[in-house]
Amino acid sequence: MKHRYLVYLAVALALVAALIGAVGCGGDETTTTTVEPASTETTAPASTETTATGPSGEPVIIGAVVSATGPASPLGEPEKATLLMMEKQVNDAGGILGRPLKVIIEDDQSDPQNAVTAAQKLIQQDKVVAIVGPSISPSALAMKPITNQAKIPQLAMAAANAITDEPPIDWMWRTPPKDALAAAKALSYVSETLKLTKVAVLHDENAFGASGLAEIEKTAPDWGIEIVAKESYKTDETDLTAQLNKIKGANPEVLVVWGTNPGPAVAAKNMKQLGMDIPYVGSHGIANKTFIDLAGDAAEGVVFPAGKLLVPSSIVDPQQKAVVDQFAAAYEAVVGSPPPTFAGHAFDALGLLLSAIDTAQSTDAAAIQTALNETTGFTGPDGVYNYTPTNHDGLSIDDMIVVKIEGGSWVLAE
Amino acid sequence: MTFEQLLQYVASGLTNGSIYALTALGFTLIYNATDIINFAQGEFVMLGGLSAVSLHEAGAPLPVAFAGAVLTVTVVGILFELLAIRPLLRSGVLTQIIVTVGASLAFRTGALMIWGRDARPLPSFSGETPVRLLGATFNRQTIWVFGLTLVIVVALQLFYRRTLTGKAVRACSINPMAARLMGVSYSRVVLLSFAVSAAISAAGGVMITPASFMSYASGSLIGLKGFAAAILGGLGNPLGAVIGGLLLGIIEALSVGLLPGGSSGYKDGVAFLILVLVLFARPQGLMGGRIVDKA
Repeated sequence: MKHRYLVYLAVALALVAALIGAVGCGGDETTTTTVEPASTETTAPASTETTATGPSGEPVIIGAVVSATGPASPLGEPEKATLLMMEKQVNDAGGILGRPLKVIIEDDQSDPQNAVTAAQKLIQQDKVVAIVGPSISPSALAMKPITNQAKIPQLAMAAANAITDEPPIDWMWRTPPKDALAAAKALSYVSETLKLTKVAVLHDENAFGASGLAEIEKTAPDWGIEIVAKESYKTDETDLTAQLNKIKGANPEVLVVWGTNPGPAVAAKNMKQLGMDIPYVGSHGIANKTFIDLAGDAAEGVVFPAGKLLVPSSIVDPQQKAVVDQFAAAYEAVVGSPPPTFAGHAFDALGLLLSAIDTAQSTDAAAIQTALNETTGFTGPDGVYNYTPTNHDGLSIDDMIVVKIEGGSWVLAE
Repeated sequence: MTFEQLLQYVASGLTNGSIYALTALGFTLIYNATDIINFAQGEFVMLGGLSAVSLHEAGAPLPVAFAGAVLTVTVVGILFELLAIRPLLRSGVLTQIIVTVGASLAFRTGALMIWGRDARPLPSFSGETPVRLLGATFNRQTIWVFGLTLVIVVALQLFYRRTLTGKAVRACSINPMAARLMGVSYSRVVLLSFAVSAAISAAGGVMITPASFMSYASGSLIGLKGFAAAILGGLGNPLGAVIGGLLLGIIEALSVGLLPGGSSGYKDGVAFLILVLVLFARPQGLMGGRIVDKA
């Protein structure tokens, strides 16, 4: 009897563990959602002002929340380095509005709850003018009600659609291309470049994959695309041949895989195994070397949407090129390596904010809000930003490229 | 569904199933000796895979990395028993089970700190070209996993039935008190069980890494499925663990094929539903009996 009781207990524990695992995974993956290209430097708007005289008076205090530690530290570390670098540049060039710039950086340790605490501390204790960050979508969604209630402008560096799609968005802007933009870019490639219409979707069951599927299903008809099969998997599933076998039976012309590593790499290998030779269109979740390392030969020919920084030669606009080159050089001088995508998100976020403060000639929240909403043609590493009172995403589909994996590296697909 | 498709689903099921089987075997060994359900079992699989990746990256040839990883995780299993399980011998099985839950979190976090959050690959043991069999394609690595699983199961059976030490382990699982009266060192049997269980799971981890990669988080899903497989087969029966694992894998894969399109997310639900139904009809699992009935 005793043992049967133990078995029941163990089953209950297992279910709890499964639930915790599921929730944990969801959060984690959303993290990776932000994978995009990055970076450069717009001439900091403030630097055009005062030249010889140093900044004086009360500092302009800007708060930042980044994931400098924890699972999302590959995002937060370069963001933090970029913000510190820009703070110094701005102050060396005379500050902002003639006053010194002070950036207070908080680490949310990749945990939304810490992001909430950090936001409250920055607003109530440090009396910040505005907040840059956070690095990951769950943190951004957790901070949103706080900055909205306090009427503090916030520029998130995360990609989940809901950050700027779901109201209230009055005080929330973002710099990375959002997930929906990546989905649109992928579909436009299928429709306009490949000229194919029958699509199968294989997606992760986590937040990133599920929202990707929802976006693809919603917009596929606009591109004249029919979804002939859709299957899902768990991020750490070890074999996806069952799902692919089912998809194969529906005879799609192209397979779209929406997820973050390692799932998409397993899918690429399993496709080879099953002898499926239709094109593989991935998501921006595989815009990293990890995918190539994992999938090996199976990665060859895979295409995915990404920001232009992933293939710097794709930046042809002279103005953007100048900005990117300058930023990359400055970043490399400080950090010692080329800026990753995430550094670009931070550069754009603080740059947009400083530009708005400069335009408003004020640190008043309402004035900054108005100036941000009137931003047009601000050029940064991620692209060209045009904010309006209802569009707080800024970027357009033209700011993304489709990248192809060839010989283990990235080339422009179009 | 064509016959060829059906075969492919079975092939897919066997791939996942052999991993579940090996993990279930690990659960079984520890359960038999101690009545403990070791929730860190999946983490042994993960540690095995990642250790092999590190050793291989450091320049060790695959067989050496394989052996090194198994050895490393065996040591981890021994230390785990000595430091976390043994001191609680008198606190009862329930406390020890809770400790394994804590240990699994500790292993996962430790792995995150050592290896980072990215999944890591390992080269295939014998190339990437798939093998065609009766119209279904098998990954070569799958055949390795499947073959080595069989070897491990046979070796274990021989060990339990033919060696004195193996018989001592069985004696302990049947009646610890009587075994102790016969001069069997119970604590040594427990230690041995943890060592062998860790080694088997680690071997499983190394074998699947070339096919499915390994990350710090991979252990939890594998552990959960392995546990379900052990229950399905009859907790305590090594052969049942293997059959339960393979069956669970095949049920999952087939349910992808049989469910309407777009519902592959429910395949775990189907697998667990069948698990519950089996437990209603046969609470001791498919092949259970002796062990569960002992009290």
